[in-house]
Amino acid sequence: MKNLGSVFAAYVIGWGIFFIYYITVARRTAALGEQIERLKNTLNRSK
Amino acid sequence: MKKRILIAAVVVILMSFAAYAALFVAPTESKMGTIQRIFYLHAPSGMVALLSFFVCFVGNLAYVFTRKPKWDWLGVSAAEVGMAFCTVLILTGPIWAHPVWGIWWTWDARLTLTFVLWLLYTSYLLLRTLVEDPDRRALISAIYGIFAFLDVPLVYGSIRWWRTQHPQPVIMGGSGSGLEPTMARVFWFWFLNLVILMIFLIHERYALEAMRGEVQSIEREAEAA
Repeated sequence: MKNLGSVFAAYVIGWGIFFIYYITVARRTAALGEQIERLKNTLNRSK
Repeated sequence: MKKRILIAAVVVILMSFAAYAALFVAPTESKMGTIQRIFYLHAPSGMVALLSFFVCFVGNLAYVFTRKPKWDWLGVSAAEVGMAFCTVLILTGPIWAHPVWGIWWTWDARLTLTFVLWLLYTSYLLLRTLVEDPDRRALISAIYGIFAFLDVPLVYGSIRWWRTQHPQPVIMGGSGSGLEPTMARVFWFWFLNLVILMIFLIHERYALEAMRGEVQSIEREAEAA
């Protein structure tokens, strides 16, 4: 089982990149959702 | 929200099965040994990266002809997701190459053109941060994206046209190429899983871009009020 550590490292890096990317998209989506709510409230108050 | 979590869970379960198949189901390759198991992540990631950049190209082309924001949203979403897959490709390659070739990296045609591809789409995403006007940003990045895509057929053809340190294709490589049946099944299972992951990530990223469009229209409405 030579190089098993390298194989695991490659898979951890691959999974890590996909996971971190998904988390950044989810965070940006949540932040924008809050911004939209704030903007809608401000707009409704000013009407 | 519930649907989104459910789809994410299905993707994680499928990816876990794929990892199990790559590590424990696929037979050990006779020449390279265990390190060859990186192939099941590395090669499909490359194919899916090229597929994402093709989706980006379609979005860019459609935006230039229709000027509808939804095509710009698709373009940037596919470019970002393609970058994630291309990064996995570029990072897993050297981990596999080092024990087999004795070097982490070499500037042969395939590796160089793939690195250029990564730089081209990094520039695509950076370019979008430099232009403030949404319509102008969409048009400039669409035109740039169409030219950036020219590197994709070069990456695909590089190991077919030129002698490279990178191995010749074992998938769609013509006569004399091919995989042992179990290896082929594991490979195509990985490819299918990564295509599903790509569609899921593009869908999520597209929703984010659509929300940005909504913010811009609310801000315009507020300015007009």
